[in-house]
Order: sequence, then structure tokens, then C-alpha cells
Amino acid sequence: MAVETSQSVAGAAGAGSARGRGRRTANQPAGARPGRLRRALTTHWYAWAMTAPVVLVIGVIIGYPLVRGAYLSLTDANEANVERTIGANHIPATYEFTGLDNYTAILSDEVFWDRLGWTLVWTVTCVVLSFGLGLVLANMLNRRIRGRGFYRMALILPWAVPAFVSVFTWRLLFNERDGLFNKLLAGGGIDGISWLNDPTWAKVAVIAVNVWLGVPFMLVAMLGGLQSIPGELYEAAEMDGAGPWQRFRHITLPGLRPVAATVILLSSIWTFNMFPVIYLLTRGGPGDATEILVTYAYRLSFVNSPRDFAGSAAWGVLILLLLSLFAVAYRRALRKQGDIW
Amino acid sequence: MSTPPPENTGTAAGTVKGRSAGPARPGRAVRSARPGRRVRGRGERSPLASAGLHLALIAATVVAVFPPLWLLITSFKPKTDAFDTSLVKNFTLGNYTHVLGDTAFLSWLGNSALVVGTTTVIGVFISATTGYAVSRFRFPGLRPLMWLLLITQMFPVAVLIVPLYNLMAALGLLNQPIGLVVTYLTVAVPFCAWMMKGYFDGIPAEIDEAGRVDGLTPFGTFWRLILPLARPGLAVTAFYTFITGWAEVAYASAFMTGEENLTLAGGLQSFVNQYTADWGSLTAAAVLIAAPAALVFGLVQRHLVAGLTAGATKS
Repeated sequence: MAVETSQSVAGAAGAGSARGRGRRTANQPAGARPGRLRRALTTHWYAWAMTAPVVLVIGVIIGYPLVRGAYLSLTDANEANVERTIGANHIPATYEFTGLDNYTAILSDEVFWDRLGWTLVWTVTCVVLSFGLGLVLANMLNRRIRGRGFYRMALILPWAVPAFVSVFTWRLLFNERDGLFNKLLAGGGIDGISWLNDPTWAKVAVIAVNVWLGVPFMLVAMLGGLQSIPGELYEAAEMDGAGPWQRFRHITLPGLRPVAATVILLSSIWTFNMFPVIYLLTRGGPGDATEILVTYAYRLSFVNSPRDFAGSAAWGVLILLLLSLFAVAYRRALRKQGDIW
Repeated sequence: MSTPPPENTGTAAGTVKGRSAGPARPGRAVRSARPGRRVRGRGERSPLASAGLHLALIAATVVAVFPPLWLLITSFKPKTDAFDTSLVKNFTLGNYTHVLGDTAFLSWLGNSALVVGTTTVIGVFISATTGYAVSRFRFPGLRPLMWLLLITQMFPVAVLIVPLYNLMAALGLLNQPIGLVVTYLTVAVPFCAWMMKGYFDGIPAEIDEAGRVDGLTPFGTFWRLILPLARPGLAVTAFYTFITGWAEVAYASAFMTGEENLTLAGGLQSFVNQYTADWGSLTAAAVLIAAPAALVFGLVQRHLVAGLTAGATKS
């Protein structure tokens, strides 16, 4: 069915663009305004048609909630005053516009800066560790070695298992009373560690699990990056007497730059917003020790009582601003490498 | 001094015997013929280095494989032994029969399959068209679109979830698979479109031109010529979309309520919460959930490497 539609549409597109081209040459001297618009439409409309579904879906599902979220962040909306229906009674919204009050409250509150600090530590540690491990393992795998296929399959396995399943498995292993880790420690005569209930160990635990989950992606991307580096470069370097370390430093690392740039950008954003690992492993606890910005915003609107929709939305907007700043800075760097967009 | 020590070459050759010993040979011959070179080439490795390499890889493999393996082992233990450190003492399939027979697992599975299947089909199609458009055409709106695709990936769930919940409620899509499908599309498609762009960039534009010369329309070129060539990319995209939907937690638990409407991610949480901790059922259900994902993964993993880098290097 899809074939038919696109074909018939395509026919129209071909005809349209052909006609458009004719008209363009005819109209050239006049150069009238509406002509330009129509011309753009006729030359580009199939590109627009192809991207329209995505733009539409994103616009409705992200655009509307975003605008609405931004608006909520400027009000004092919470569970008690939003529009709701209790039984047959419809209660209209009574929240009020409060300007930037939410933001000043958040920014002058220590909680935000605490959470921001931990979120940065969490993001940087996770990205650096998983990138480093992925790079090392990819280099190990990217050579002739017996059992390479097996190693690769095994190392990618954490990616093949859905994250929430893995997180539950780790909870099983970390379990304070009967978990495997603590039993092993007990076997060695060491007191069990309350992995998920001690603030410091809980942080270690969530980072460990997230790195475990993140390494396969890095590994696969780095392997692909390594394989895209032409072998001639290494041969030339060998001819010139470059040792293994020099080859790694001056060929492998620069060759991996384009892949690494994208991968690090994406992985930073994903880690910054990594909801499931923290939510399912510790629920942000103990206290709020492992709560990152995203889980804290979720807690404000879904866990705490009364649900603070406005505060949560304001947190969300701040998160978005932080990430946008990061992406802009990063894109500057990408652009220097000659990206077209 | 002039040639590498004999035992060195011996082990190196032994290590590489597997499948690609052939091509390595001439290179080494050239190098060993060259006097005075102490630099080790890429194909060579001392036995110690080989052992170290294997040790490191084995250690990494154990870390990577152990948790899923432990999950599998635990799922075969009777409920009361869930935390037993021994390997299976009393092998039982009881957890599986319990999960399949006495819980709503099968209806969760059905819900998930429906949602994820629909998402994958639609997601692959629209991310392919978008990826093709941004790869081939220079059109007004290209830059904003690329920005949109990047920025959408950093939208925290937390900002969107409340307004989106209200929107879904207003449209009557709560507890409806279609609501989740649309939501998952926005999660998966931006990255997939990005990846597909990389793939299409790797397919020479001359092929398009040839198609046009032969009278195909832009859509015809895309559908008949380029898509078949980009099949590995499509496989990766399909996999990514599949995994995204299969493993999503936050939206699924917020939008779907009532035991028979839950998807797998939501259902699994109901085994272990603050009131109950049925680790036996949890592990069995987890294995049943992970198995299809791992299977699909196994099918596309060959293309995964190529696909990701195509997307990454040329984005």
C-alpha cells in the first residue's frame, strides 16, 4: 500500500517539479515575491513531504508538551489547583501566573546546586569510564585474536538485554541481606556493604551499572571507527618506524575523532537524562543521594505529595537549557571539522 | 637483532592461525628481511602480550556476561532459593509455569508486541524517508531539522511526561497502544533518522542520478534503488526502534494502568515493589523478555558496527 501512495504522489511530484522548472525560467526577469514562494514549494516539496511525518509527530508530541511545560513552569500549578474531574464534578483550574518565581526559588535553593553537582559528576564519570573502557576493548578486539567473534558477542551482550531487565538483575546481586556480592564478601570474612542504602556506595553502584550498560555501545562504535581507518596509514607508519604507542597516538586517535565526537555528545546527553537506571535501582535514594536532575523533576511531579507540577516543569526547563548550552558548544566543535549543517 | 626471535614468530603464527594467518605472512616476511628494525608490527605479538590480551578479554567477558547469566540461573531455582549462591541445586521450571500460567504476563507480552511492532514498522519507514531527504536534498529547513533531530534526543522525560499525559488524556489515548506508539516514535525516530542519513551519505549520489535519468521520480529512486541498498541500515534502525520500545519504562508506567493494559516493562515492576518481592517470577519473566531482544540483536549485530559508524562519521 505504501508503494502505491508514494508512487502516485511521486508522479505528481515529478510533474509539479517539471512545471515549476519551466515557470521559473519564464519568471526569472520579473522575480516576483509569490513566484519565489511557489518556486521553493515546487522544487523542494518532495523533500518537505519526506520529512513531514517526522516533523509532524515531533511537533505534536514534543512541541505541544514543551510549550505547555514552559507555561506551567511560570505558574504555581500543583495537584490541588489544576483542572481535574472528581466523580461527576469538573473542577476548573485555579492556578495563577507567577512569573519567574519558580526559577528564582529553585536557583536560590541549595538542592538544585547539589543535584546539579552530582549530575555532572555522574555524567562525566559514566561517559569517561565507558568511553575509556570501550576504546580499550575495541583496540583489543580489533586485531587478530583467537575467539574474536565470541568475545565480541559476549561483550555486546549487556546491550542486547533490555536495560530495565539488567537493572533488576543488578538489584538482585546488590541486595544487602542476601545478594551475591555480600555473600562473597562474607565468604572472605568481610562485612557486607549496604550497596544501595549507603550514600557513597549507592553512587558507586549506580555508576557501575550505568557504565556496564554503556560500554557495549561505545565498543561497537569504536570498533566501527577503527575499521574505517585505512590500513595503509598503519603500513606507512610502520615503514617510518613508528612503534605501537606512536601508531595509536598519531593514527588511531585522530582517526577515531569523528566517531568519538558524535558518540560522546550522544552519550553525554543520554547519561545526563538517564532515568531508568537510577529510578529502578535506587529510586534516587538513600535520601536523595543518587537523585539526578531528571529523577528529581520526576519525583516532584509524580512521587512527592502534593504533586508540584510547576516546580517539576521549571526543573525540566532548566535541564533543557543546560543541555542546549552543552550542545551548542559541542556543535561549534563539530562545525570546525567541516560539518555542513 | 636482525630477525625476531624464532619462538616469537612461532607463537604469533600460532595465535593467528584461526582464519587470517594468510594475509599476515607477506608483511612479516618483508619486515624480518629488513635488518635493524626493532619496532613491532601490527601482526606480531609476544606470547606474554597474547596471554595478557586474552586474560583482559576474558575478564571483561566475565563482567559482561555474568549478570545476565546469573539471571538465567536464578530463574531455574525454586522461589525460596532465589538468593542461594550455589548453582542450581533443585532445578525447576516452576517459575516459568507460574509466570506464564498464573500472571498476566501473556497479555503484557501481547501489548508490548503490538506497540513495539507498530512502532518499528512506522519508525523505520519515516526515519528512512527523513534520513534520505536530509542526506540528498538541500532544502530550506534542513538546518533547523537537523537541530530538531539532535535536540529532541535531549528532551528529558520529566519535562514532557506531565503535559504529554494531559494531552493523551484529552485525546482519549491513555491505556491505548496507539498513544505509546506515537510517543515511542518521537523517542526513537530522531536518532534513527540521523543514522539513516549516515547510511544514505555512504551510497553514491550517482545511483540516484542514474535512476532519474532512467525516468524514476525522486520517490521512485528512493523506494526502488536506494532503500534496497540501505538494507543493513534499515536492520539497525529496526533494531534500535525495537529495543527502544521493548525497554521503555517511564512512559509505559505512566500511560498504561490496570493489569491487563501494562506492557512488559510496567508488568515486571509489579513483581518486586515495596509490598512484594517475588524474585523467582521476576527472573523468569525477565528471561522471557530478554530472550527475543537478544535474538533480534543477534540477527542484526553484524550490521550494527557498520551502521553506527556510518551514522556517526558522516552525521
